[in-house]
Amino acid sequence: MLSFILRRLVSVAATFIIVSLIIFFMMHSIPGGPFDANDMPVSEAVRAKLMANLGLDQPLYVQYFRYMWGVLHFDFGVPYQSPGETVTQLLSRAWVPSLVLGGLGVLIGAPLGILLGMAAALNRNSWIDYLASTLATLGLTIPVFVTSMLLILVFAVWLNWLPASGWGKPERWILPITAYALIPLATYARYTRSAMLDTLNRPFVTVLRAKGLTERRIVFQHVLRNSAIPLVTVFLPMFIGTATGSIFVEAMFRVPGLGAYFVSSIETRDYPLEMALMLMITFMYCIAYLLSDIVYALINPRIRVGGGQ
Amino acid sequence: MTTPDIAPVAPTAPQAYRQRSPMWFAWQRFSGNKAAIAAGVVLAILILMAIFAPLITPVPPEAQLFLTESLAFPSSQHWFGIDSLGRDFYTRIVYGARISLSIGFAAALFSVLIGIPLGALAGYYGGKVDWIIMRIIELFSVVPPLLAAMLLGAVTRGGYFTIILIAALFGWVQVCLLVRAQVKAFREKEFVRAAHALGASPWYVIRRHLIPNSISPIIVGFVLAIPLAMMLEASLSFLGIGVPPPTPTWGQMINEGIDFMFFYWHLAVFPTAALAITVLATTLFGDGLRDALDPTLKGR
Repeated sequence: MLSFILRRLVSVAATFIIVSLIIFFMMHSIPGGPFDANDMPVSEAVRAKLMANLGLDQPLYVQYFRYMWGVLHFDFGVPYQSPGETVTQLLSRAWVPSLVLGGLGVLIGAPLGILLGMAAALNRNSWIDYLASTLATLGLTIPVFVTSMLLILVFAVWLNWLPASGWGKPERWILPITAYALIPLATYARYTRSAMLDTLNRPFVTVLRAKGLTERRIVFQHVLRNSAIPLVTVFLPMFIGTATGSIFVEAMFRVPGLGAYFVSSIETRDYPLEMALMLMITFMYCIAYLLSDIVYALINPRIRVGGGQ
Repeated sequence: MTTPDIAPVAPTAPQAYRQRSPMWFAWQRFSGNKAAIAAGVVLAILILMAIFAPLITPVPPEAQLFLTESLAFPSSQHWFGIDSLGRDFYTRIVYGARISLSIGFAAALFSVLIGIPLGALAGYYGGKVDWIIMRIIELFSVVPPLLAAMLLGAVTRGGYFTIILIAALFGWVQVCLLVRAQVKAFREKEFVRAAHALGASPWYVIRRHLIPNSISPIIVGFVLAIPLAMMLEASLSFLGIGVPPPTPTWGQMINEGIDFMFFYWHLAVFPTAALAITVLATTLFGDGLRDALDPTLKGR
């Protein structure tokens, strides 16, 4: 197990370095710089001084190593669009709305999805099964900005029940959380349904039935436990995906979260912020997949890697 | 499916002899799937609409012919109303189907063109080749595709062909994995070993035996790559780094629609509905195809 984790850590580190290299050089190949004459009418001398201060006059590879050295010390530099604070401060501020909305979305959507999937699997070909399949297909295929748009149109514009956008009062959270929750709901409804149907068809369930166990005990003690593996392993990557904020949900609902800052950092060529965001999200995905693999090995003794046990 | 020459066309009538082709069974399974059939019909209508757009609506999509009636609500003359720049909105939605569908199909085609050789190589040779290709795929799995696509879009400044390439860059992974699994499964089959024994070169075996036998996963990968590419295009256009205006694209129209949503609902509703219907129809059709071509995957 330990060697498995170590091997995976090495591969995570390698992946991370390659991704950081690609992103760094790609980002610097975007035509134009942060102090172009159109965007910032300053004299040549001032521009040169600014460039020198920020290290932008150095060759690219020097900039890269300097940057990565800072990253190791959690120093991501100063965002160009908000020079009064560090990138770390800006990110910890901007992450709050994303984490609250996206996190709540997953925490509400995932259990609902599991319940729906269970109900669908236990009542095959009933109305609830069709409802679950329809919801799952809709949730997984329709882009999130489309669902956001529909939510705003129905609940804010036509019914006028809820505010359409913004951040602050909890009633403004309801629509974005709903938009976020639909994705885990759909994912989990689908996974739970197929995992439970798989398990229900296995011979040991027939044996349990023959032994006279109540259907309730069979489902909750045996089937659910045996279907849990895929559900547990998809959770972390999904949580990361949602809790780092969707560019679209935040754009639609005008939420000042990570996604909104990602868009503005690309528009203003804010290298430090953009780089930090990409690296942070990539890093979190790497860790999420690593943890998922470990959890997978822990809860599924059959697939423990490396033998030993 | 031991004969590699079976064309991927479903026979229209069941043949008299008893041996049925796998495609016949696939068609039987597919025609039982009502949702997929309905999605296929919708998709066919959308494709015809996109191809014959100039016949359906005589007005060019970029012409500002109705400036005096700007922002008019839907009426019998203008089914979907007029947009803020005096253009017939119905025309723009119909022409938007051209952009969306053509980018979807082209990107899926490129995805397949990249995915097949890489998947075949990884599955056939295994070992180091497989390791390298799988590591590349791993890179793609930890980088969120949309953020990376946005960055690429900003680097390249968007544009029609760039979007196709970006979508293909993120679409080939799925095709590659499907082809790899299939080739791996068939590599040890007797007919492949027989071909080897007869002196066939690896390239010949891959081209003549392994890829034809992977035709089902390739079709599935192709069809399922279409909605992903369309969604990517709409997302990038929505953010203003996709296909530049005045070319009508649904993502762009949705973005404009948000600003007018409270007073001119039609500008938000129609492009949203168009995109949702198209993506949904393509996905359902693809899911139906997958279930029909590979029943072991049903419900996943």
